[in-house]
Amino acid sequence: MSIWNFSYAVLGLLLAPLLPGITNRTKAVFAGRHGQPLLQTYYDLAKLLRKGAVYSRTTSWVFRLAPPGGLACLVVALFLVPAGDFAAPLAFPGDLILLAYLLGLMRFMTVCAALDTGSSFEGMGASREVQFSALTEPALILGLAALAYATGSFSLSGIFGGVTRPDWLQVGPALVLVAAALLIVFLAENSRIPVDDPNTHLELTMIHEVMILDYSGPDLAFILYGASLKLWLLGALLVNIFLPLTGRSGPLQIACLVAGMFVVAVVTGVIESVMARLSLLKVPQLLVGAAALSVLGFVLMLRYAL
Amino acid sequence: MNAWTDIMLVVLILTTFWLLGSSRLASCIRICAIQGVATGLLGVVGGGITIRVAAISLAVIVLKGLAFPWLLSRALRESNTSHEVQPFVGYVASLLVGVVILGLSFWADSCLPSLSHVASRLVVPVAFALLIAGLFLIVARKTAVNQVLGYLVMENGIYTFGFGVVREIPALVELGVLMDVFVAVFVMGIAIYRINRTFDHIDSDQLTLLKG
Repeated sequence: MSIWNFSYAVLGLLLAPLLPGITNRTKAVFAGRHGQPLLQTYYDLAKLLRKGAVYSRTTSWVFRLAPPGGLACLVVALFLVPAGDFAAPLAFPGDLILLAYLLGLMRFMTVCAALDTGSSFEGMGASREVQFSALTEPALILGLAALAYATGSFSLSGIFGGVTRPDWLQVGPALVLVAAALLIVFLAENSRIPVDDPNTHLELTMIHEVMILDYSGPDLAFILYGASLKLWLLGALLVNIFLPLTGRSGPLQIACLVAGMFVVAVVTGVIESVMARLSLLKVPQLLVGAAALSVLGFVLMLRYAL
Repeated sequence: MNAWTDIMLVVLILTTFWLLGSSRLASCIRICAIQGVATGLLGVVGGGITIRVAAISLAVIVLKGLAFPWLLSRALRESNTSHEVQPFVGYVASLLVGVVILGLSFWADSCLPSLSHVASRLVVPVAFALLIAGLFLIVARKTAVNQVLGYLVMENGIYTFGFGVVREIPALVELGVLMDVFVAVFVMGIAIYRINRTFDHIDSDQLTLLKG
């Protein structure tokens, strides 16, 4: 284990809040605006951490547990993600299941906290979050399963270290399908535009933002930081598929991967600028479509491997 | 394994899924046009282009990519419908059925004795999937336009199978089939127009009212 194994995760912890800034700047450029500073999320976090938290009298410890608990899940998950050749610090066979369930645990806590407030509005958001995540999870797991089958490894590090340039030539179509499915999962899980609009705060059709309405101060900072970490985490999976860097030198790999993350943020901004939000009833269609892409990728991998 | 053939086959499957999941008739027609072009290109990218193959591919691209969409969108424009009326099987369910169909066709293919001279290992299962998905579209949708599209998807499946497996189909047979399809779509276009003139909509489910 070298320093590079840890460097990507630590860079993730440091640079993750930059991603929403890049996405927002991209959107601003598309709209012809000047836009927020790139470091806006850092300013927000600093401001929120200085303030005190207000808790409603109807809430219990469940409500207070969710923000630090969710953040903890994401930090652990971040240490499961490999960087190019370098195995993740916590790599072990089967860690892809742990990744999916850490995301699930975080969601469980957020949803419980939203229900704990007793607000019907937050209950609606919680219900939607659960419904949609039930559809994104098969897409994520099947996509990872396809990659696991292709590379013969059950650890995320083995999977993403195993995707090499010859693979792209041989099973390219299957990889593109899996990557497309993971892109949709990335957008849905981070409540980005075709599924949810991160900018709306009081709209009846929103999903994620509605669940965190009651948080303030440091709790909200944890949630904001957690959201950027999630963006980094799922984005890192995408970047690892698209940049088969095995065999290059350590600094080059890490630099390419971080640059790749910024590209993912820009792509997210472009998608948000050119697409409208799907109507709520159409969202399951998109997510089932993503699952279908994963299945197709999986079937193709089976066929190639025969 | 020819990568381009595989990419075209994946495009065929993706457009089929897309068709299963979309509700706007105009975009359904566009998707079907893309699928038609991909079917046509299948012969060209396979390698070993002869004048015969090129001619058939060109005819397929022109017919399925340009002529049919034009005919159908004209029929659609005159019928003043833009949405599928509540299909028998919903869009999400259709997508799931599509996944099941895909799995079934890959399973069916693994039961068959393997053919040594197939252009790609995906040809047979993809052709099966297109055939069954086309049939499913015809059964599950209500508007006449979508049923014609289902028929076209089925035909694309047959063409894919023929090109991938036999390859040396006499040009006359191939062109004869294309002619048949052309006439069929032409007649169905007129039928859609007539149905619409008579009933103010193109919901073929209502045709059952005609009997006795």
